[in-house]
Amino acid sequence: MTESPTTGKPGPNKKAGKRNKPKKPKVPRQAMPEQAPEIRRNNFKEVPFGYPIDTAVIEANRCIQCKKPKCVDGCPVGIDIPGFIKAIAERDFEKSIRIMKEANALPAICGRVCPQEEQCEIVCVTGIKGEPVAIGRLERFIADWERDSGNVSIPDIPDPTGRRVAVVGAGPAGLTVAGELALKGHKVKIFEALHKPGGVLIYGIPEFRLPKSIVMAEVDYVKKLGVEIEYNAIIGKYYTVEELLTEEGYHSVFIGTGAGLPYFMNIPGENLNGVYSANEYLTRSNLMRAYDFPNADTPIAMSKKVAVIGGGNVAMDAARTALRLGAEDVYLVYRRAREQMPARDEEIHHADEEGIQFNLLTNPISINGDEEGWVKSMTCLRMELGEPDASGRQRPVPVEGSEFDLEVDTVIVSIGNGANPLLPEATPALDTNKWGNIIADDKTGLTSMKGVYAGGDIVIGAATVILAMGAGKEAAEAMHEYIMSIDV
Amino acid sequence: MNEIKIKQVLSEGVKDFVVESPVIAKKRKAGQFVIVRINEDGERIPLTIVDSDPKGGTIRLIFQEVGKTTCAMGELEEGDSILDVVGPLGKATHVEKIGTVVCVGGGIGVAPVYPIAKAMKEAGNKIISVIGARNKDLLILEQEMADISDQILVTTDDGSYGRHGFVTDAIQQLIDDGVKIDLVLAIGPVVMMRAVSNLTKKYNVPTQVSLNSIMVDGTGMCGGCRVSIGDKTKFVCVDGPEFDGHLVNYEELMLRQKAYLPQERKSHKNHKCRMEGME
Ligand SMILES: Cc1cc2nc3c(=O)[nH]c(=O)nc-3n(C[C@H](O)[C@H](O)[C@H](O)COP(=O)(O)OP(=O)(O)OC[C@H]3O[C@@H](n4cnc5c(N)ncnc54)[C@H](O)[C@@H]3O)c2cc1C
Ligand SMILES: Cc1cc2nc3c(=O)[nH]c(=O)nc-3n(C[C@H](O)[C@H](O)[C@H](O)COP(=O)(O)OP(=O)(O)OC[C@H]3O[C@@H](n4cnc5c(N)ncnc54)[C@H](O)[C@@H]3O)c2cc1C
Ligand code: SF4
Ligand code: SF4
Ligand code: FES
Repeated sequence: MTESPTTGKPGPNKKAGKRNKPKKPKVPRQAMPEQAPEIRRNNFKEVPFGYPIDTAVIEANRCIQCKKPKCVDGCPVGIDIPGFIKAIAERDFEKSIRIMKEANALPAICGRVCPQEEQCEIVCVTGIKGEPVAIGRLERFIADWERDSGNVSIPDIPDPTGRRVAVVGAGPAGLTVAGELALKGHKVKIFEALHKPGGVLIYGIPEFRLPKSIVMAEVDYVKKLGVEIEYNAIIGKYYTVEELLTEEGYHSVFIGTGAGLPYFMNIPGENLNGVYSANEYLTRSNLMRAYDFPNADTPIAMSKKVAVIGGGNVAMDAARTALRLGAEDVYLVYRRAREQMPARDEEIHHADEEGIQFNLLTNPISINGDEEGWVKSMTCLRMELGEPDASGRQRPVPVEGSEFDLEVDTVIVSIGNGANPLLPEATPALDTNKWGNIIADDKTGLTSMKGVYAGGDIVIGAATVILAMGAGKEAAEAMHEYIMSIDV
Repeated sequence: MNEIKIKQVLSEGVKDFVVESPVIAKKRKAGQFVIVRINEDGERIPLTIVDSDPKGGTIRLIFQEVGKTTCAMGELEEGDSILDVVGPLGKATHVEKIGTVVCVGGGIGVAPVYPIAKAMKEAGNKIISVIGARNKDLLILEQEMADISDQILVTTDDGSYGRHGFVTDAIQQLIDDGVKIDLVLAIGPVVMMRAVSNLTKKYNVPTQVSLNSIMVDGTGMCGGCRVSIGDKTKFVCVDGPEFDGHLVNYEELMLRQKAYLPQERKSHKNHKCRMEGME
């Protein structure tokens, strides 16, 4: 399914040598085989299949091994990108994964969901004239190779230091902190509010984009490092942060509770039956497996016509989930233009291919119900682009008299998430900003409480997996220093 | 973990469990609830913590079998375990000495009103309990309520026991008798809470109700439990479950409780236990 001629010979960097030979065609960026749109819109299986080995090697050979690799600066965790790619080109996969894991403990996840096109790939030099090296796909390849090979190596763990650390939240930030500190010989326990680990990776991002088995394999790895996880433990209710530091005897605490508070639009009709936050819709489908109802007990709306409000990754996930749950028409309603959608290009492209109908420059003003309290339509206004606003994007302004009704039975509100106030409210000593995010030091993650660190979405607001992991790594360094400095 | 230590049947379809849960037993306060999930395929459902034994490390849950999850849970026996028990959730009742508190429980609602009445009594209030059920057989916790009340009034819809009529008739009686009521706490079917609130509003008696909206996570993450309180949307699991009864939009709450009726019927079809709606 690769589009490219598989010449197997690299060489945009090697001069097309002999004079009388025609110039060798440049090897194009290798496509990743994937399920056809008509098929995948009816199942929850992962969309792309990943690179076959030979394709990965061809793609790896497209990297020109820059002396000062720009790509590395673009990666929030500073992976040695030319290094791991070179090892793939040389078919030394073991070496490649080793290089990868020095900087990134969760490559199978990042390779799938990282916004590469805005981070490492956008600055790749081969992208100046042609297309950038597919760094994310190679990252995914090498991680999958390791998992498929069945021998994921567990590094040696140093002798116990006698220090105990509590981590709140088993999302990417918390898992990273836990893994890093366990590797330094500390005793780590994660307290997770839900009955499963992974945070957004489990309850939010759907199976067709990130299979749960991959998340569970990464969590298993962290557990093999000696990390314990207690589920159903909501810190702030079950134990407070203070209790963890006192009665429960932890020397330091990391807070990685994410941005799990759904925003609504505050328009009339938002509490009608059939209106969901994307969080609820995705949680029912993913975490509670409502797609398998009635085998699984949790129900979800049986929708025919669905409007998803928003233009980010979360909106794309909700829209594509609705389609897979059997909706006939799924409209994406977004008040700005397509170029301004914050979702990853790949997700927009996939959604488009699957038949999601984009209603751009459209703003909902009310949701209308029937006598039984069910959604029957949504009234929208057309918008046009006006002056740039604070974010530098042209501000959408309503077109007068452009009101129209969209006939729908389900509305999924996906306009963003804020900081969940549950833990901060129960922890008065913890300083938060006006949006409710925990205030933490840029470099170390230290909060206003001694020994208490924080990172990920709870600090910077809804962002990305890799930023949460980056924050986790930095906090782990600082926490290590701190706990080694105290007597136990 | 979460082993069922004692199981009792209180009335037809109402079960009383004492469940091992040491941390929650220590932490919980009156008015709080847990979310339970009984098996891997299970739904997460909220249940009030009726009582706890901090020393013995147990909590007490009383539930009515109304659908798939509660019926399946009712089939568990002593020695079995509940897969997940999460809590304590929700804001605790604001307990202080204010004078005379009328605690109203309708049907299964007597179970969640009991811990609040008990805490209010311990805070030095005079407790008048008004408990009601459709008939004598469905009445629960009468003795326990009597033990913590200064006065107890019982009503049944069919007159098979106590006073013939609704709990609102008994409250009206108290008002007519000139009893000075400082607070009414009412928990039961939504129609009952609405009727109580309508009545007390006429007399300007402050009224708290505890709402039972459909929940998923119980931590403020999904918004599924939202209700309109005055002109504001609130999440029952974190902002409640108790709210000012005079501000609740009961019509909306009733509609939202029915959101999954067709699916619930489907999911429940093969189950043999009798379906008894909450309303
Ligand atoms: C639908 C969706 C799609 C997304 N797609 C992408 C994508 O394609 N690429 C990308 O890079 N990013 C994506 N993101 C964003 C990314 O998932 C988050 O930025 C990232 O998960 C943040 O990690 P975290 O560890 O800070 O928090 P989370 O992943 O939110 O994890 C927090 C964890 O803490 C737990 N918790 C919360 N409160 C408590 C408490 N009081 N006690 C105990 N535990 C608690 C939660 O249950 C959760 O498990 C997406 C987000 C969503 C919602
Ligand atoms: C804060 C709170 C405390 C509660 N305390 C008690 C209690 O102490 N004893 C008791 O018997 N009941 C209590 N309930 C109600 C109890 O949660 C429901 O009866 C139970 O969820 C029904 O589930 P089911 O699968 O058996 O029935 P279903 O057939 O699924 O539903 C029957 C009805 O129960 C409600 N319901 C369904 N699913 C949920 C859900 N996930 N969350 C909440 N409600 C739901 C709906 O209105 C539905 O129509 C409480 C509810 C809340 C919100
Ligand atoms: S982690 Fe993300 S940014 Fe870093 S190399 Fe991988 S895909 Fe690129
Ligand atoms: S910038 Fe591109 S070509 Fe250069 S080392 Fe990085 S991936 Fe390779
Ligand atoms: S149950 Fe999810 S927010 Fe209340």
